Amino acid sequence: MKHYWKIYFFTLLQIGFFIYSYILYSSNSFQYRNDYKSSSAQQGELVWQKYNCQSCHQMYGLGGYLGPDLTNVISVKGKNNNYILAIIKSGSIQMPSFNLSDVEKINLIEFLKSTDASGKADPRSFDSQFTGMISNK
Amino acid sequence: MKTTNEYSIGEYFIAVALIMLIFGLIFGVLASANYIFPAYSKNWLGFVQLRPLHVSSIMFFILIGASGCVYSSFNIISPYKINNSLAKLQLGCWILSIIFILFSYFNSKFGGREYWEFPPKYAILIAFTWLLFIINVIRIIRETKEKPVYIWMWATGIFFFILTFSENYLWQFPYFREHFVKDMTIQWKANGSLVGSWNQLIYGTSFFLIEKISKNKSYAKSNLAFVMYFLGLFNLMFNWGHHIYTLPTDSYVRYVSYIVSMTEWIFLARIIYTFRKNLTEAQKLFHHFPYRFLFASEIWVFLNLSLALVMSVPAFNLYTHGTHVTVAHAMGTTIGINTMILLGACFEFLKPETDLLSNGSKLLKFFFWSFQITLFVFWITLIIMGIKKGLWQMGNQSDSFNMMMSTLHGEFQVFVVSGFMLMISLVVIIISLLNSFFRNHFQFKTI
Repeated sequence: MKHYWKIYFFTLLQIGFFIYSYILYSSNSFQYRNDYKSSSAQQGELVWQKYNCQSCHQMYGLGGYLGPDLTNVISVKGKNNNYILAIIKSGSIQMPSFNLSDVEKINLIEFLKSTDASGKADPRSFDSQFTGMISNK
Repeated sequence: MKTTNEYSIGEYFIAVALIMLIFGLIFGVLASANYIFPAYSKNWLGFVQLRPLHVSSIMFFILIGASGCVYSSFNIISPYKINNSLAKLQLGCWILSIIFILFSYFNSKFGGREYWEFPPKYAILIAFTWLLFIINVIRIIRETKEKPVYIWMWATGIFFFILTFSENYLWQFPYFREHFVKDMTIQWKANGSLVGSWNQLIYGTSFFLIEKISKNKSYAKSNLAFVMYFLGLFNLMFNWGHHIYTLPTDSYVRYVSYIVSMTEWIFLARIIYTFRKNLTEAQKLFHHFPYRFLFASEIWVFLNLSLALVMSVPAFNLYTHGTHVTVAHAMGTTIGINTMILLGACFEFLKPETDLLSNGSKLLKFFFWSFQITLFVFWITLIIMGIKKGLWQMGNQSDSFNMMMSTLHGEFQVFVVSGFMLMISLVVIIISLLNSFFRNHFQFKTI
């Protein structure tokens, strides 16, 4: 009898959790318009995972800390597709060289194009409000 | 009168977990050395392999250790109710998973996402292992008459782990990978809640131990304990958005997470309010090693909760996100809180009583303190590194990423050395526990 409030509260939280999850899964808001991944870009993400690029590099600040964030690397001045492929092939002091197949190279570049199109990862692209909340500039 | 089942399967889980902790520490130190000796291991065991080896070993330590603590606790609460055959099969599957996964990392076979970098097929084995755990624990809970808060916490942790672990693999279906931002939102929703699920297992164990040590059975049944549990569950479910404040996802995610995270002030206020009482209790029980670790974990909860509250304010998060402040928080919680509680539980369940490293010996006390001090230096160094990077990322970025990293060389050195000292302290403590396990079960010592 005395456990009723606990069961009631637990059930309430569960319902809230599943509703929130449903809203997130079904969301199709305008902010997602530019983040559609073509089939090639989707394959490119699997290349990113296959070579564990996330152990050193970040996307939107999430990932490793040894290398730079690569969300928008494709649109950085002077760092075009050829530059990126050259780095992947030759490596650097810390980065090993990766021997990607031609298809993997194309797919990875498509993936980086799609991450770039999805938005800006630079935290300076936000304004802070007095409430502590942030908004896009 | 209840008696404890002499054969405790939980202790076997704990022993495997402790061995994984040693592996995790060694891989962690080897990986961190890359910060001061770039690519020293590039040609034989690169950072790309070492990081997942470190992370997975530590996660195995936490998950198997927490499972072992739940079994060992049930061995006291409801003796002879554990299905040992099922638990043995579960442990066997864990060991098989570990072998497959570590072997795949050594061979540079990846394919998974951050924290679960192994080829996704092995996740099926982990899920199956967890299902065996669920079956065993549900059976025991159904036959257990009284249900204090820690039983609720264990049940919640076990259920949410399988739920969020499965959610974490939805990307296997192309439909869930179509939209990059949405995919990342779901990935971090699952990851955030998943951490909350093992926290429920570990904090539940902490509640059980406090009840056992203090011999006060009323708190774990009190309404206040349940209010705290529901607050923890509320945060598990809705407070994961602070990982993705800068992701261009729906803005309500930010608002929900910001508001929910501010409820953590209640936890902080409770720690401050009860600190004096806890300190008095600590003075009485500090000689008891399990309690000593639990008290240390309270201090680390305070430090990490304070850091988490700062990071949960989106305007501050812009400075800390993607920096080593986030690493400090992750390390502070996994080592300072999770490992501290699990070690306290290991001392309670394995009871090392003799030898140089016996429960309460001078040598062990020394390594307990060196563990705390080196962890604090390690944690503070990461915060300093993170602040410096944060100022760079919010500044004009006149220096390149590599130049900014080179300015952190001094901090990297302190980070690596303190990490190494931390490993030494922990390994000595672990050896004393393993000694006890092998003596109890096989009549021989590791040292």
